[in-house]
Amino acid sequence: MTAETMTSTALPGDATIHPGWVRICHWINALAILVMIGSGWQIYNASPLFDFEFPRRIALGDWLGGALMWHFAAMWLLVVNGIVYVTLGIVTGRFRRKLLPIYPAQVFADVKAALTVKLSHDDLSHYNAVQKLLYVGIILTGMVIVASGLAIWKPVQFQEITAFFGGYDTARYVHFAAMTAIVAFLVVHVALALIVPKSLRAMVTGR
Amino acid sequence: MRKAKKIPGVDSELLIKDAAKLMPDPLRRSFLRGAASLGALAFLTGCDLIDEDSAETVLSKVSRFNDRVQALLFSQTKLAPTYPESAITRPFPFNAYYDEDQAPTVDPASYKLEISGLVDNKKPWTLAELHALPEVSQITRHCCVEGWSAIGSWQGAMLSDFLKRIGADTRAKYVWFKCAEGYTNTIDMPSALHPQTQMAFKYDHKLLPRAYGFPMKIRIPTKLGYKNPKYVVAMEVTNTDKGGYWEDQGYNWFGGL
Repeated sequence: MTAETMTSTALPGDATIHPGWVRICHWINALAILVMIGSGWQIYNASPLFDFEFPRRIALGDWLGGALMWHFAAMWLLVVNGIVYVTLGIVTGRFRRKLLPIYPAQVFADVKAALTVKLSHDDLSHYNAVQKLLYVGIILTGMVIVASGLAIWKPVQFQEITAFFGGYDTARYVHFAAMTAIVAFLVVHVALALIVPKSLRAMVTGR
Repeated sequence: MRKAKKIPGVDSELLIKDAAKLMPDPLRRSFLRGAASLGALAFLTGCDLIDEDSAETVLSKVSRFNDRVQALLFSQTKLAPTYPESAITRPFPFNAYYDEDQAPTVDPASYKLEISGLVDNKKPWTLAELHALPEVSQITRHCCVEGWSAIGSWQGAMLSDFLKRIGADTRAKYVWFKCAEGYTNTIDMPSALHPQTQMAFKYDHKLLPRAYGFPMKIRIPTKLGYKNPKYVVAMEVTNTDKGGYWEDQGYNWFGGL
């Protein structure tokens, strides 16, 4: 698919909701993030920050060494795919069109509508204010988890990033908090996709 | 090499009996476990094509690729952050794949650091000779691969100075260390020549205690803890990657910070 056709499929009037590059990036990201979270839980268990551990059967890698291999392999998938996604999102104008602007009053109104089950999902190509806020938030969280990950992985070579997060130990908490936010997002995101199945279909077929 | 040779100054009775305690079963393919995550992967990829052997091969290749990336990121002039005395973690944790009472006891009187490989002078070094080397000091953060970290204070000789002193070929690729309990470690030459890479003989200005690696620890603040061997009894400058205790089981070879 050429850049031109990818852009044209996103033009108004076209039935396509998600152009090809969005769908490809979405599913690569889904795979990468599941591997990162699963292996991350195993790595966490080697030296827990809090008074709990993740059940071993839902953690990936069997032991610390295996989990680290998964984590530092899937990171390339996550980061390269993330860079492609964010670049195309900005260059094609999709982020600006779909995600901006976000007005607080609109967010409150849509939260209220959602809680009273009055929020419409008739037009999947249009995001409501809550969706916009969540999607912008998860992209920013993705940037935080990558940056805090770099801070932990390379506290000497990238010590400026580590210092930005308040030092090595604090960066670990930031990395964990970002993971928690992503998991919370995933719970809501997957639940809503199952409640509105046509949104899941749109992310697979584009329509 | 030198497997049968008795290491001078080592109480062989205290050598590790149960080294496998904290390791995964070596007979078991152990990179893929995690049923729920695997299930999710199978669901996402829509197939069960991931078999453990091929996954392990791919993961090992990516790990070697990451070694090369880290070698590129490594800078000989970029120093690990240093800290004031007040930041030192007290007590500094003991850490090994065995309990503290299993740590090797090295007899200082008969100890000799063996030198081999691509060096001009292979004369073994006594502890007195090593202690007479010019002393440098550092307060740096020890980062364990497990995630925890601790700030400690080490004094000793610069490894780069020592390598020059023994006429080491610093164009060689690796420096290999062997420890009293059988632990081994290979590091890249650029890291060996880093100004903060130290042959530590003291911890917090006192003779290195047994728990922290008496008589010598190789302190490398630009590498993870498992690349900082303790109880070092032999050193070899070589172009052959001889691996290491943890690296051979799957920890990343470069282990850079």
